[in-house]
Amino acid sequence: MTDQKNNSNNIVKNIIRRDDVVILQIVGEIDMHSSTELRGELLEISQNPPAQTIINMSEVDFMDSSGVAVLIEALQLHRRNSSQLKLVGINQRVRSIFEISRLDTIFEIYDSEDEAISA
Amino acid sequence: MDQQHPSKNLIELKINADPFYLCIVRKAVQRMAELVGMNEQDSDSLILAVDEALTNVIQHGYGGACDQQIIIKLRQITPGQKEPTGLEVIIRDFGQQVDPKTINGRDLDNIRPGGLGTHIIRSVMDKVEYTPQPQGGMQLHMIKYV
Repeated sequence: MTDQKNNSNNIVKNIIRRDDVVILQIVGEIDMHSSTELRGELLEISQNPPAQTIINMSEVDFMDSSGVAVLIEALQLHRRNSSQLKLVGINQRVRSIFEISRLDTIFEIYDSEDEAISA
Repeated sequence: MDQQHPSKNLIELKINADPFYLCIVRKAVQRMAELVGMNEQDSDSLILAVDEALTNVIQHGYGGACDQQIIIKLRQITPGQKEPTGLEVIIRDFGQQVDPKTINGRDLDNIRPGGLGTHIIRSVMDKVEYTPQPQGGMQLHMIKYV
């Protein structure tokens, strides 16, 4: 069963709930201003986390350390609940901040949602 | 030509210390990086460093007080005997002063949210210098060469 929530105008474009997977599709530029919305959604999901949360970032053009901080917090909350948080579709511009911060190895990063779900 | 039009290679932005304006500054930095001939990868790094520096000012310098002012100067460095082409960025705030010796990136092995901004700035810029100002506040002087 799939449940979908559409958010227009916001950084969180879509939240798709499919069985025990939540797919969060985010768009635009994630900085100190916009990361608060992403944090709110991820904290809500983390309160009762599914087996897998997948964050599709293929439409994210920019992310700074505010966004990275939100993702680290969510990852830690998921791990505490023995659930998985995976990232999908990160472009090189966004990937570079993970590499500079040496965080590219602590996140599971995949090319597609299907690949992430089946991994 | 630049000597005849000295203002051509310098822009100055004044913004409130509100994260809402970060996207506008990023666009200005991107355009200036294009004008000095920076490649896309270096331009992205420069944009990230300026964004992180402003985020630090908003968060730590002003403690989130959005009505305070930040001045950003972007200046093209033309090739000369001493320096190659590049972009100089000066960020001036009037917030809390900090001893520059204490402005260091955190231990990256300690995985936790926050505290990455300074590490990122020092990693991607060719020159980074924090200076407390006699009239109050701090000035950050950064350079990225092409």
